[in-house]
Amino acid sequence: MVIQQDKMQSLATRMSQDEVKGRSPWADARKRFLRNKAAMTGLIILIGVALFALLGNQFAQWSNEDLDFTVMGQVATMGMPSFENGHYFGTDDLGRDLFARTVQGTQISLMVGIVGAAIAVIVGTLYGATAGYVGGRTDQIMMRAVDILMSIPYMFVLILLLVMFGRSIAMLFLGIGLISWLDMSRIVRGQTLSLKNREFIEAARATGVPSWKIIIRHIVPNLLGLVAVYATLLVPLMILTESFISFLGLGVQEPLTSWGALISEGAGTMNYGTLWQLAFPLFFFVITLFGFFFVGDGLRDALDPKDR
Amino acid sequence: MMTKPLLDVRDLRVTFRIHREGAMPWSAPLPLHAVGGVDFTLNPGETLGVVGESGCGKSTLARALIGLVPAEGQAEWIDGRDLIGLSPRQMMKYRSDIQMVFQDPLASLNPRMTVGQIIAEPLRTHHPGLKSAEVKDRVKAIMEKVGLLPNQINRYPHEFSGGQCQRIGIARALIVEPKLIICDEPVSALDVSIQAQVINLLIRLQKELGLALVFIAHDLSVVKHISDRVMVLYLGKVMEIGSSADLFADPQHPYTQALLSAVPVPDPAHDLAGSVVPLSGDLPSPMNPPSGCVFRTRCPRAQAACAEQVPALLGQDHRTACHFPGPLTDAEIARARNTEAA
Repeated sequence: MVIQQDKMQSLATRMSQDEVKGRSPWADARKRFLRNKAAMTGLIILIGVALFALLGNQFAQWSNEDLDFTVMGQVATMGMPSFENGHYFGTDDLGRDLFARTVQGTQISLMVGIVGAAIAVIVGTLYGATAGYVGGRTDQIMMRAVDILMSIPYMFVLILLLVMFGRSIAMLFLGIGLISWLDMSRIVRGQTLSLKNREFIEAARATGVPSWKIIIRHIVPNLLGLVAVYATLLVPLMILTESFISFLGLGVQEPLTSWGALISEGAGTMNYGTLWQLAFPLFFFVITLFGFFFVGDGLRDALDPKDR
Repeated sequence: MMTKPLLDVRDLRVTFRIHREGAMPWSAPLPLHAVGGVDFTLNPGETLGVVGESGCGKSTLARALIGLVPAEGQAEWIDGRDLIGLSPRQMMKYRSDIQMVFQDPLASLNPRMTVGQIIAEPLRTHHPGLKSAEVKDRVKAIMEKVGLLPNQINRYPHEFSGGQCQRIGIARALIVEPKLIICDEPVSALDVSIQAQVINLLIRLQKELGLALVFIAHDLSVVKHISDRVMVLYLGKVMEIGSSADLFADPQHPYTQALLSAVPVPDPAHDLAGSVVPLSGDLPSPMNPPSGCVFRTRCPRAQAACAEQVPALLGQDHRTACHFPGPLTDAEIARARNTEAA
């Protein structure tokens, strides 16, 4: 027999099947990402750090505000990391539990990074997509405004803001949010310009789909890959910025703390034999940055396979 | 008594303003006449083929008709409304009557949307009140009509072949039940066997639904196959327009004759070099078109009068824009060949 009965049968059922499920570009990207070992390692590290930030306080034996009077004044000899007295990461200079402090610092630093990147994603994407799609004079004005904002030395402005309006976490978010979306809007605008003249956008315009719907429905979903990559690379930059400011002593204020502040304190007491004060915050700082960069690279490879 | 045309285009012009490279931002931009005064009529249910070489304004004409590029002149729809210069709100009513099929099948579909979403988009735009189930039913019905399996509704464009993608594009155009579909080189990105399928699909749908088509192509054999009438464009101007049979059998304009002579003949014994009318030089820049007849710089029959006066589009059904229409003589072809050789 030329025709194989079972094959024809399976073909027939396949043809009459109810609604074959499609394989979306996102599903493809997810598969590529899951196969990327470095990126998966990065992701696991990040999940670990996030769990540490969320659940760490459950395991801490000390509050981050309490001073341990038994070790005060003899931190170098008594405040070492130990399970006996419950200071898993040792204590800081004042006798506060470094484990609880690191948990707190992780929370703040991750929050700064994620909020900064979220502002960049939302504001930058919409701003850049609008400028690129509308084009013409609107585009000129919007992008020149970005140029002007970019030309201001932001660190200087940020420091001035913090000095003038007082050091507060809200001010820090505001300052970081103000600068973070500029690069994003430029990247998004460039990508939008190249998308704008694709035929599917023309088809939507010819049908009479309103501009804002074209931006939301056709442009933004096609930008999301790029935005996701850039956002994951932006989070560590935000963390670095915040850490730098905190290292200068201008960032978050006591009793709050962040990785930058903890590293700064730890670095200050390096010579007194209390290296753990530097080592633990630095360890979390470094693995988080590595994690984000690996995940960002993995996302880029997964979402943009043409570039390899 | 003639029937009222579906679309009556008179003196349609599209002018782009080009800023010179390195010029001061306030210096006046140069005008580029992409379409320089095109007249034609299109009857309901009729196919008008538009041919011409690259850069002659075919696609710009299509985009002007559908309102994607600003145009001047007049394009009267069957209900007496001039489509040129309508506000977006006024134009909305006509957008469901005029749909477009694009050249690159894959690029004309959003890669992040499923086929169902893509086809439903015009429907959802023009009939926002429809229920999802109803939209889905209509999408499936139209998919069946264009020869796609309705159960593929949740697939993504990259999972389809080029020909299938073009069918999706056609389904998207058909779903709002238009009266006119503008096909901008719908088959030039497909390979030959698929071209035939898509063209036959278009012809079948046209018969079933009584559609009018504006069919843009540079493949003359395709145009001959599908068109009732054919319009030849050169540098944004109509050179010749007439019924398909008439124009292919008895071309009057020297440019049309040169175009037709260059069509490959599937016969190894055919002497292409001996039959083709060579055109010397390139298409002149549309920013600086020749005076008088735009074709005179390459025309084997050009004379002094051609540089002075723009030829009018004359004739009843078969109209030609040429001061000296008629078949090229052997002597003229020989002369053209000599200039080419020199």
